[in-house]
Amino acid sequence: MNKTVTEKKESIISYLKDTFNDVGKVTLFATRFFKEVLKPPYEMKEFIKQCYNIGYKSLPLVTITGFIMGLVLTLQSRPTLAKFGAESWLPSMVALSLIREIAPVITALICAGKVSSGIGAELGSMKVTEQIDAMEVSAINPYKYLVVTRILATTLMIPLLVIYADGIGIIGGYAGINIHGEVSLYRYLAQVLESITFLDIFPATIKTFFFGFFIGMIGCYKGYNAANGTESVGKAANSAVVTASLTIFIIDMLAVQITDLFF
Amino acid sequence: MQEITTTDHTPISKTNAPVIEIKDLYKSFGKNEVLKGINLIVNKGENLVVLGKSGSGKSITIKCLVGLIGVDKGEINVFGTDITKLDNTELNKIRIRIGFLFQNAALYDSMSVRENLGFTLKRHAKDLSAEELENQIVEVLESVGLSEAIDKMPSELSGGMRKRIGLARTLILKPEIILYDEPTTGLDTITSREISELILEIQKKNKTSSIIITHDMPCAKHTSDRIVILKEGVIHIEGTYEELEKSDDEWVRSFFI
Repeated sequence: MNKTVTEKKESIISYLKDTFNDVGKVTLFATRFFKEVLKPPYEMKEFIKQCYNIGYKSLPLVTITGFIMGLVLTLQSRPTLAKFGAESWLPSMVALSLIREIAPVITALICAGKVSSGIGAELGSMKVTEQIDAMEVSAINPYKYLVVTRILATTLMIPLLVIYADGIGIIGGYAGINIHGEVSLYRYLAQVLESITFLDIFPATIKTFFFGFFIGMIGCYKGYNAANGTESVGKAANSAVVTASLTIFIIDMLAVQITDLFF
Repeated sequence: MQEITTTDHTPISKTNAPVIEIKDLYKSFGKNEVLKGINLIVNKGENLVVLGKSGSGKSITIKCLVGLIGVDKGEINVFGTDITKLDNTELNKIRIRIGFLFQNAALYDSMSVRENLGFTLKRHAKDLSAEELENQIVEVLESVGLSEAIDKMPSELSGGMRKRIGLARTLILKPEIILYDEPTTGLDTITSREISELILEIQKKNKTSSIIITHDMPCAKHTSDRIVILKEGVIHIEGTYEELEKSDDEWVRSFFI
């Protein structure tokens, strides 16, 4: 009995040690980004390539999900608003929900699945096949070439994708409204634009930069620190998605609290 | 990262003086002591073959030599400088003079052969024009007999071709030392022989000093000036192929059967 309790204690202590160790490593990894990002040489070509891969190649996925988000949100909200005779509020409600919360979080989660796992798997396989070591022994800084460019690209591209998803979601909302009724696009957009203020857009956009940074950082950290063996590539990709998704929710919760305090 | 040019070389050691000198090198991973006091010398222009059972620390030794793995204790003098005491910028100046051929060539999967070769050169010889860069790539590919593969992707190459391209990527910076990590592993007998001949040709043509880690005895016989055998983290014995083949030690002879 005593032995079991001791074993449990040891396993908890070992788990806590590993967790704190991981937190320390992630912090050092992220700190290195800020040290390296401003130092020349700048890997502009790789940065542009990553922006294309992360931003442009995610457009079809973001378009479909953005449109469905707007459409479904409208269809689901209509009956409730109709009960209170507030159907005319539908465009404003859809637009505000999309811009303030739904589009940033859903787009970030989709990108965590597509981008973070992709980066984790790519860098993980480069680590396993010694490509990262090959850069290091050629006196090339692999962190700068592989990590800095990817984190910068996600930090810049995720906010742009979210803004794009906002727009597509609003169009989806228009489609949803016109399934049951007939509202002109002009009237719909006028009502949407009337209801949105700078304070709706600004905090929601700021948090997407943090989403982007952490999606890139977590993907890079998991891949860059993958263990040897092909199995670790899958683990790096999987772990990147799970950690990035969880981090998005935590950032969102903090962002909402801060927004409540200051705006 | 500081820019380094391929001409940024300090005078190297005198003829036949050691270009690599490892003194009392220790390295452990947790409780697993891999290197327990390695002492090794590689003279200028010499091909040193390192033999040993799997897990005896051969690859770890050469990874310590280029600073990929930190050491616990000991000195690694390369061109007369103890690399264990250097910061990253200074270490990079030494690294650029050392070529490293990885076991699986470690070609960059997302780049074509041309890009693989140009990637390193572009970053270290920034004054090269596009034409000069292309000429150097073609020249080095010709030297490994694979000029037709210039536009291929690594996934389109066979094992032997990957090794040759890996070697070309190493040679393009004109290294004075080349470290080969199992250059013929996984290759058929004929391709293994071709790679061994290429290693000898590079030694003669470029006057390089090399450490060749291998389990392939024909390759060891063909390429070695001297052989050392690692056992339990230390150098067990050293000598020429012919000397070791006739060793009194049965364990040593077992490598040559």
